[in-house]
Amino acid sequence: MSRRWRQRKGPRRIAGAAAYAFLLLLSCVGHAAWAVPTDTIVYQTPSIFGPHSGPAHMIYNLSLFVIQITGTIFIVVGSLLVYVLVRFRQRDPNDDSEPPQIYGSTQIELAWTVIPVLIVVVLFLTTARFLFAIQDQKMPPAALDVNGVGHQFWWEFQYPKLGFTTANELHVALSTEHAPMITSLGLLSADVDHSFWVPQLFGKIDMIPNQVNHMWFNPDKAGMYVGQCAQFCGVEHAKMLLRVYVQTPEDFAAWVKNQQQPGVQDPAVAEGRQVFESQACSSCHVVRGTSAHGKFGPDLTHFMSRDTLASGVADNTPANLKLWIKDPDYVKPGSLMPAMQLSDDQIDKVVAYLTTLK
Amino acid sequence: MADSTLPIGSAIDLTPPGEVYGTWLDVVQDWVTTVDHKKLGIMYMVYALIFLLVAGVEALLIRIQLAVPHNDFLSPEVFNRLFTMHGTTMVFLMGMPLIIGFANYLVPLMVGARDMSFPRLNAFSFWMTALGGLMLYYSFIGGVGLQGAGSAPDVTWWAYAPLTERAFSRGHSTDYWALSLIVSGFGTIGAAVNIIATTLCMRCKGMTLFRMPLLVWLYLVVSGMILVTISPLTAAQIMLVIDRYLGGHFFDSQAGGAPIVWMHFFWVFGHPEVYVLVLPAFAIANEVIPVFSRKAIFGYPAMVAASAGIGLISLSVWAHHMFTVGMTSAQNAFFVLSTSLVGVPTGIKIFNWIATMWGGKIRFATPMLFCVAFLGQFLFAGLTGIMLSVAPWDWQLHNSYFVVAHFHYVLVGAIVFCFLAGFYFWYPKITGKMYNERLGKWSFWLFFIGFHMTFDFMHIPGLLGMPRSIYTYEPGRGWDGWNMIVSIGAMIQGIGTLVFAYNLVYSYFKGPDAGPDPWDAWTLEWTTTSPPPEYNFATAPVVSSRRPLWDLKHPEDPDSRYE
Amino acid sequence: MSASTIPLAHGAAHEDWVLPYHGTVAMLALIVAETAIFLIFVVAYIYYIGKSISGPQPRDVLELPIFNTVCLLSSSFTIWLAEHSLKKGARGTFNLWWALTVVLGAIFLAGTGLEWKKLIYHDGLTISTNLFGTTFYSLVGLHASHVIIGLTMLSIVLIFSLTGKIKPEHSRQLGVLSLYWHFVDAVWVVVFTVVYIIGR
Repeated sequence: MSRRWRQRKGPRRIAGAAAYAFLLLLSCVGHAAWAVPTDTIVYQTPSIFGPHSGPAHMIYNLSLFVIQITGTIFIVVGSLLVYVLVRFRQRDPNDDSEPPQIYGSTQIELAWTVIPVLIVVVLFLTTARFLFAIQDQKMPPAALDVNGVGHQFWWEFQYPKLGFTTANELHVALSTEHAPMITSLGLLSADVDHSFWVPQLFGKIDMIPNQVNHMWFNPDKAGMYVGQCAQFCGVEHAKMLLRVYVQTPEDFAAWVKNQQQPGVQDPAVAEGRQVFESQACSSCHVVRGTSAHGKFGPDLTHFMSRDTLASGVADNTPANLKLWIKDPDYVKPGSLMPAMQLSDDQIDKVVAYLTTLK
Repeated sequence: MADSTLPIGSAIDLTPPGEVYGTWLDVVQDWVTTVDHKKLGIMYMVYALIFLLVAGVEALLIRIQLAVPHNDFLSPEVFNRLFTMHGTTMVFLMGMPLIIGFANYLVPLMVGARDMSFPRLNAFSFWMTALGGLMLYYSFIGGVGLQGAGSAPDVTWWAYAPLTERAFSRGHSTDYWALSLIVSGFGTIGAAVNIIATTLCMRCKGMTLFRMPLLVWLYLVVSGMILVTISPLTAAQIMLVIDRYLGGHFFDSQAGGAPIVWMHFFWVFGHPEVYVLVLPAFAIANEVIPVFSRKAIFGYPAMVAASAGIGLISLSVWAHHMFTVGMTSAQNAFFVLSTSLVGVPTGIKIFNWIATMWGGKIRFATPMLFCVAFLGQFLFAGLTGIMLSVAPWDWQLHNSYFVVAHFHYVLVGAIVFCFLAGFYFWYPKITGKMYNERLGKWSFWLFFIGFHMTFDFMHIPGLLGMPRSIYTYEPGRGWDGWNMIVSIGAMIQGIGTLVFAYNLVYSYFKGPDAGPDPWDAWTLEWTTTSPPPEYNFATAPVVSSRRPLWDLKHPEDPDSRYE
Repeated sequence: MSASTIPLAHGAAHEDWVLPYHGTVAMLALIVAETAIFLIFVVAYIYYIGKSISGPQPRDVLELPIFNTVCLLSSSFTIWLAEHSLKKGARGTFNLWWALTVVLGAIFLAGTGLEWKKLIYHDGLTISTNLFGTTFYSLVGLHASHVIIGLTMLSIVLIFSLTGKIKPEHSRQLGVLSLYWHFVDAVWVVVFTVVYIIGR
């Protein structure tokens, strides 16, 4: 038998050196050359192992169980593999004799068929239990109803029972043992498929046109949770970011009360409001209490109560707002908001107006 | 032992001497008009290798963009085209031609036939596949979409409606995607029909179905699957074209059409498709591992049953790609069960391979190195697959980088590794030269290290909430460092691939003659010269066991005594 | 011994090593693939029954194509008779039955064409009208296209036969073609049931 392919140990140093070289190269290639002032970076890891709501906890517990099973299988079979490779390697390269040929063994093969089937059964039954518990949970009548509608590339949130609509930043109430509060989320899309994913709160659910999907959650810790769209929906899919603000019942009630008010009518910015309503802004955006009733873009009634604009792409500051209105494509290339060709003066006025919409 | 002392008479070439090519035009004409399964097989393989490099470059560009957050190396439009083309190319222009190429070359030789059942259909299938690929890549330069120059598809490789409907995909990118795949799909179905007919109708005397090499069995199962797998995709793409050009409403939500219908049809194709890609990898492992362990495959009947079982069960698992679309809990539960069940025959195969090596004398030549790595990697990939089959957990993992890591673990870690093993194993047979073992080991280690650097660590951002199909990501989410490591690993894999490609070319010109049977193997292709003459066998072989050459070399202990 | 093959062992005689005819196997494989394509269109049709938002509905515009169906299904019978005749060597009878098959198939196609003419011009149902229109024309059209391909092949054979080139030893090949024709007819049974019976 040809000896040419006998094993030889080769240096691995070159691999290491190459990795280092590329590390250097890549660190030079690009870093935040972001056009819009990057503002505050939100340091938060939306880890699925950091659950803060009922469904997320359940998934977490299930995942631990599965990891234990699969981990054990990996260790057992992997060890067998390593053992076989070490123990039965050809030691003498000149040895050309053949080992005993073994064609099979019914008992062994039966065993390693039956055992995996049993494992599958256990896994399936456990999974089914969690599946039904999460998916078929009944909603209590006091649940907070929110309808989430996905758009290219922003989020619409309707609070039907509370009588208002907002965008991009979802506010819900904390759920505690004394005062449990389930948020019941109905999800739909206005155009293409999207997916609502905030890992720390629950598993993602797709938003599909003409089909309302449902998820519930009851967050147990106040704070802000980040997520983003998880189904490719077009050019700016990567920038369809999500924030969920979990507030104490008091804070949430205050927020609701504010949202329920119609838009602030500050006479000092009447000129800006005039521009807003006479230019095409009002044909896409709603400001409740004015003549702006457009349905294509986010509801701006309480625009300044939001921390970010353009679904999380930039902080909500007057400077960013000005950039955004002047040239949306610069801030979020491919976004569907057109540049309205307003003069700088008009933009300043509109910005002044919008910043009063708290 | 091997080489010149082989007592095999058919290892002679009766081609009349003096058959030499005139000019390079003669060479081109010969290859373009050939219907010889070996030449077509080689063309399929070269075609696949070219697209492996092209799609690999696409991957490297993607990884450069994603190495750091908020990178502006690529615009979102270009990025979306690149990752769509990377996926589409790797599956349809690399994976499918590669598996068909190996089938074309090996199946007739292994069953002792002179050629495939339908040589002209074979050529037709190849050229249809080639045409489809050229159409797809023409999209980069042809046609002007609304956004930017060129309109390569940018709707992901699974092209969900309604994003692909005229309203949301206004240029021609989706049309290139649909039409080129319909064309190459016809080629694929033709190849499958050919393989089935060859396997069932052209086996040499004495080769009952249960004496065929396992590679042939697996390709029989794969071909059957192709018939029922590619067809749904073709049907769905025809529906998409009807929507886009004839005003149809299959996926038009305004008219009552349901996007979920596309999802079902696509994944009815999409899931079995990955089994179509992986079963040939198993086929190669089934041939390489026994030879380099010096033992017969353990449990041949069980391996046949497991392969058929995988093929069958895999047709029922597709909606595990759709756990998040709002199916009922009962429907979700069904797919949890079917998906985890398909893990059983797959696990059985792993056990059989380990048992084959048990008690053997393992020789770590390059093909075996790749197969051993495949075993460990496939084990891991299968287990992450089990994790994904657990629907509630999938609600977190779906469409995240965990899934991307999982399927690349199978596609690269299992399939590419096995096909690299196959390339090295049959290289001497196909070219008549032995490849350079030192370069082979270099390519293995580079590829292995790069692979693990990329795809082991890629699981982590997925677990930390990073979705897929995004051209950039936010800093501060804990994803940054991991992405950098992933990108570096990709570069290393690129180098490993180049070393492999170089080895193929270098050894062709500088390698020593390999002889008919350099590995001391046992199936019929090793009884011919290297490379085989055009007619394969001087006289049709007659076999009486699963390892005809073993019987010949070990007349005191032939397989036929035990089967 | 130079050109020896791997020797026979254990006296296993293989004189009767007969494997299936590759033409039939290939056609069966093709039929499996085609069945899968048709199945997808049938599933889409069934899924969308009753879901059209506007426009003509099936029960308003569809009439049972009994005559067409009888013609097409009888053509399966006539093609079988043709094959049978050829095997016995009766070339004249073969020509007769084969030609009748072609005629019956052509009648079916003409009938489909007339039906579509009525639907388009009289009822205003096109492929883009509504979901019913889309799924109806796709499914029935897919079937009709297979009939056209089949008729083309049958006509070519008819021409060969009329010029005296078909002989009894071609029975196997013709069997492959008639297998395709039987498949086309079987698909029609399914399409007829789904579209004209269940769907109305």
